[in-house]
Amino acid sequence: MKRVPVREQDPLVRAHNFEEVSYGYNQQEALAEASRCLNCKKPMCMTACPVSVKIPLFISKIVAGDIAAAADVIAQDSSLPAICGRVCPQETQCEGSCILGKKGEPIAIGRLERFVADWSREHSLNETCNENGVPERSGAMQHECVRKEALETEQNDAAQNNCIAVDRKKVAVVGSGPSGLACASDLAKLGYDVTIYESLHKAGGVLVYGIPEFRLPKEKVVAAELENVKKLGVKIITNVVVGKTVTMNWLRENYDAIFLGQGAGLPKFSGIPGEDLNGVSSANEFLTRNNLMGAFKPGAKTPIIAGARAVVIGGGNVAMDAARTALRLGADVTIVYRRSMAELPARAEQVHHAQEEGVKFMMLMAPVEVLGNEKGWVRALRCQKMVLGEPDESGRRKPVPVEGEFVDIETDTVISALGTSPNRLISLATPELEVSKRGTIVANEELATSIPGVYAGGDAVTGAATVILAMGAGRKAAASIHQYLQPATDGGHHNIGFAETGAANRP
Amino acid sequence: MYRIIRKEQLSTVITLFEVEAPLLARAAKPGQFLIVRALEDSERIPLTVCDFNPEKGTVTIVIQTIGASSKELCALEQGDYVCDVVGPLGRPSEFMEQPVEEVRGKSFVFLAGGLGTAPVYPQAKYLHSIGAKVDVILGAKTERLVILEKEMAGVCDNLYICTDDGSKGFKGLVTGKLEELIGSGRQYDTAVAIGPMIMMKFATLSARKFNLPIIVSMNTLMVDGTGMCGACRLTVDGQTKFACVDGPEFDGYKVDFDGAMRRLGIYRSKEMEANEAYEQAKAARDHKCRIGIGE
Repeated sequence: MKRVPVREQDPLVRAHNFEEVSYGYNQQEALAEASRCLNCKKPMCMTACPVSVKIPLFISKIVAGDIAAAADVIAQDSSLPAICGRVCPQETQCEGSCILGKKGEPIAIGRLERFVADWSREHSLNETCNENGVPERSGAMQHECVRKEALETEQNDAAQNNCIAVDRKKVAVVGSGPSGLACASDLAKLGYDVTIYESLHKAGGVLVYGIPEFRLPKEKVVAAELENVKKLGVKIITNVVVGKTVTMNWLRENYDAIFLGQGAGLPKFSGIPGEDLNGVSSANEFLTRNNLMGAFKPGAKTPIIAGARAVVIGGGNVAMDAARTALRLGADVTIVYRRSMAELPARAEQVHHAQEEGVKFMMLMAPVEVLGNEKGWVRALRCQKMVLGEPDESGRRKPVPVEGEFVDIETDTVISALGTSPNRLISLATPELEVSKRGTIVANEELATSIPGVYAGGDAVTGAATVILAMGAGRKAAASIHQYLQPATDGGHHNIGFAETGAANRP
Repeated sequence: MYRIIRKEQLSTVITLFEVEAPLLARAAKPGQFLIVRALEDSERIPLTVCDFNPEKGTVTIVIQTIGASSKELCALEQGDYVCDVVGPLGRPSEFMEQPVEEVRGKSFVFLAGGLGTAPVYPQAKYLHSIGAKVDVILGAKTERLVILEKEMAGVCDNLYICTDDGSKGFKGLVTGKLEELIGSGRQYDTAVAIGPMIMMKFATLSARKFNLPIIVSMNTLMVDGTGMCGACRLTVDGQTKFACVDGPEFDGYKVDFDGAMRRLGIYRSKEMEANEAYEQAKAARDHKCRIGIGE
């Protein structure tokens, strides 16, 4: 039996709108797809999942028609299933390890996860705490939604009162992106008093400013997941830049433990001449204007310029997001990448979607200069042709310049998507926080930093990676923080940062 | 939401707001800026901090109505709420990080151009309070655009007002006054110029004539203000810097003003469209229909 295809918006139509590309499975399609699962004794998919979602189990619940139970299984390991089902690189994780993939097509685990998560949202399943502070699902599990309604009226306060916990120690979480949200959810479920500090005016981090609407709907999906986190009793305070508005010391004085999940937000530029010309921007700026500030909406107050022609430099997911966004804003878009299609680091689905929509790909091109007109605006991007040489340390074949072969690609805008590095706002203001040469926060296996009681995870530690890895790190840090905050028999703390546990633990 | 506890019209086009933002008020230092969003769908606009009161938990900002976003903000009234206020952002002025004893013995001259008077105020106030010598040259197009004159007079040794049309004080530019003062034997250790980029560019050229070190505050385009987008990048000493995290204050001698001024115009056509749309919407709102009144 073949994999059940997912219904998608027509490429020619969606190239002009910001609606979600994929419609997702309906229950019938999900059932058909789920019934292909072999329910392996040793599920490789689960091993390949960074947060070890019990995949065969939740799929078996779909087969049994008990979607609420499937949601429950996923919720044990993942805080943001509607998001992960959409943006995880399943082809290199769960689906990449599915035994069915050896001969045919793997189970569409991502689509099934999305189906379950969307179904529970539409059927008002929400995780809350009961009177004893034990997390539970109200709604279909107990076939009643009373608690949810009660919570809606009194919101956070009510949720907190419901979670009269074993331990009301306070934890501050810095950043409301995937790692922060995952960490905060887990800690709230354990009964801690959790406050997330977000520097922007809207919570969600990269889920809001980075990933575009057509891949991850903001109101329907992200806002709903954030609402679920708040219902666990987590407080989210926006407009606080840790390191500026408040210091790490202030947080340490006011909280029992801290999790740093501020991400890797600084855009890298290539340093080629002409990068300061008008019309050159980082993908971060372009996407933030479009996604966070809603520049694509009619009557939006934040301006954005895609031009009639746009060139995007880079081959990752952010490059695809920027290219597909520029396309939807009306530009004729070309992606330039210095290796070939085979080495594109973006998800296969994204590349496929971009091609379907009409984004052009010029491979084996290394930008050497942005050319401007007399007014200081971009006129063209000059690239040097490349060929693939021997594999480099990443295992991918290294691009080698072809002597004297240059191409000028005429364009109105250049969007640079060359990756990001960690923001040093916090580390510069906190000298005792150890950072690597690249600026990433140094954390040990337990994700403890050089400051006792301060943990870190996600892109801030690893450098730019994926939503699911950040989420996994957030959950891991939550477990470590819980361990750290457990009252020890001698009255002190169990685990006191790696300063005390020694450097041997450092990755 | 951040409540406006005081609104004052400093001139027809310049408005002062005192806004409740306790964490920000406690952390703010001279030289830093903040970002505001007037309404739920507004743009993020960077503004320099004019004053801050940690005890009261308020910050003071001064805005000139130029485009749609500033008009939207200035339309708010006392008691209204500003949707978002975040900061302090950027680095404090260099002298804030130097030992007080050292700074105390120095002589500063501030060149404040128009709205730039607002960010000069907290700097002069601090320096004056620690006993440093502070002269302020305050420039504006015309008398009615001179702002914060009384406040400024209280935090400096000498205040010189210049207007382009001579309607008040010295007739001419701030640079003219600076050159006149130095020419008459006045000595300064450091100049600080804050105002439109073109004014800071010429202030730097004047300072150079006297080998006078000069600090400028770069009011570039910005989105997040925390180093995330790079919209505010400018060239300083041949290197790309982000005004939001590396600045906003830089050594004037090293700044590429022409490049920075060019980048300031990136969205000009969009800004003009937005302004037109704002004015039309406002006209439609304010329009009192008289059809059928039969006068």
